[in-house]
Amino acid sequence: MSTAYEGAVADLIAELGQLPGVGPKGAQRIAFHVLASDTADVARLAEALIQVKARVRFCVVCGNVAEAEKCRICVDERRNDTQICVVEEPRDVVAIERTREFRGRYHVLGGAINPINGIGPDELRIRELMTRLADGTVTEVIIATDPNVEGEATASYLSRLLGSMGLAVTRLASGLPVGGDLEYADEITLGRAFEGRVTMRA
Amino acid sequence: MHVSDLALTDFRSYPEVVLAIPAGITAFVGPNGQGKTNLVESIGYLGAFSSHRVSSDAPLVRQGCERAVIRARVQRGDRPSVVELELNAGRANKARVDRAPVPRIRDAAGIVRSVVFAPEDLALVKGDPDVRRRFLDDLLVQLTPRLASVRSDYDRVLKQRTTLLKSAGAVRGGRRAVSAAAEEESGGGTSAGGARSAALRTLDVWDAQLAATGSQLIAARVDLVRRLRPHLASAYEQVSSAQGELAVTYRASVTQARPDDAPDALDSPSAAADAEEELLRPDVVEARLLEAMSRLRPKELERGVSLVGPHRDDADLVLGGMPVKGYASHGESWSVALAMRLASFELLRGDDWGGGDPVLILDDVFAELDGRRRARLAALVAPAEQVLLTSAVAEDVPAELDGARFDVMAGEVTRVR
Repeated sequence: MSTAYEGAVADLIAELGQLPGVGPKGAQRIAFHVLASDTADVARLAEALIQVKARVRFCVVCGNVAEAEKCRICVDERRNDTQICVVEEPRDVVAIERTREFRGRYHVLGGAINPINGIGPDELRIRELMTRLADGTVTEVIIATDPNVEGEATASYLSRLLGSMGLAVTRLASGLPVGGDLEYADEITLGRAFEGRVTMRA
Repeated sequence: MHVSDLALTDFRSYPEVVLAIPAGITAFVGPNGQGKTNLVESIGYLGAFSSHRVSSDAPLVRQGCERAVIRARVQRGDRPSVVELELNAGRANKARVDRAPVPRIRDAAGIVRSVVFAPEDLALVKGDPDVRRRFLDDLLVQLTPRLASVRSDYDRVLKQRTTLLKSAGAVRGGRRAVSAAAEEESGGGTSAGGARSAALRTLDVWDAQLAATGSQLIAARVDLVRRLRPHLASAYEQVSSAQGELAVTYRASVTQARPDDAPDALDSPSAAADAEEELLRPDVVEARLLEAMSRLRPKELERGVSLVGPHRDDADLVLGGMPVKGYASHGESWSVALAMRLASFELLRGDDWGGGDPVLILDDVFAELDGRRRARLAALVAPAEQVLLTSAVAEDVPAELDGARFDVMAGEVTRVR
């Protein structure tokens, strides 16, 4: 599609088309939006892009995005040191933080085991996790990888690895969305919810 | 059930076509390449969410267009419902049922059920095992939509595991070359060894995943084969009138891979029945798969393929004690293929959730059959609630299937009777 345009516009469309969730049509729309915008607005966008690469780093402890050596969760002293929640991506940390339920620490793996994409345990931050667990402060590891084929494989790899370390290894439950209707749940989720049913307190 | 109205937009060769189709028998007649099959293919697509002619959706969208739309009004019992399917080139398809969008396209599956007979069906008998596996799996998904996700999860796990085996095997091969070249120098090739052990550490995890999903698929297929068996035998008897009984057995790679099972031990009927009984239990199959994978691991690494699992299984068709493949004549093979389709029809119509008879689609099959089989098949399908058939010439349509008729010529569909 970008071949129909020339020079700078074609370059911009090609670059935007590389972004996740942006197809050829979307790239074209964004490119023309940029063209029609104020120079100052475009400069701010460009600056933001450059800054994000320059300033944002990954936390040396948990692998979350950070602006310093450690992320704000790792430096927060009020956090519970005995629990670590293992997630695939920094955006999963944000999702769990929104619940305000979890007060422990995080560990971001940077993906899931995926042989097709050449990702094995050594490409993930698993060794770092083992180092964090070595001193015995952590008593529970909560595995919160995605409930898909690769996430499940990663979860079961971790549980095998951690099984002999004498700490509690838990996995987030799969089940029904809160506030929804049972009839709208798909069969897989409903089946999982059945498997993971809990006894009610009388 | 029957489809009473069909509207296509940019589907295959049709920019726009709207048809009212009666219940009972309808023939689409016209020379080759005029678009007869495209019409029935669209209805078949609504049933299976895949075409009997192509494996990808791209050819279904008319050239140069972005999307094709199939819209059908279906009469199930006395309830009409409208199913609308939008096929998008290169994007996710969308479905609407009774004008309301459904969140997942799978939710629209099973509203229109169909059984398609096509010239390609001969491959069910003469083709490779994957054709028969697909036959079983497609039927399974129509009967139990939940299995669609088991099937796709399994495919995913298999792909991941096989990739891992390949890369681990490659590292192994590389190391062997290194150590051969520098036999004196010990300590060389440690990085290759390290990569290999990393790969092997995760292999156990993929074994477990493969066994968990694969066992569900195998158990479901074996159950299906058992349900198909009586229908298959009687359908074959009716179609062919030949001697000998048509039997089907599920051949599981996991059973074959067992070291302690001498091949002739399975030949006795009671042993075969016991073996089948065990395959119905997912927990048993899962344990067997795990056992087989751990035993076959060196071989799997060497060859870079997953050697056991539902992707290596087959349905054996046996006619009067002889395997159909390789022994049956062309005509007998056709009888067996027809019997398989007829048996699926019987199974689907007997299913409580199905809303009665599936729509029967006979795409250009009469030209393939001799007069006797043609007449028998016609007599068997004639009572179905709706039969849609295509033929290049009107003379190929058996007299038993006299009904409504549309002429199809250069994309124009006109009702002539």
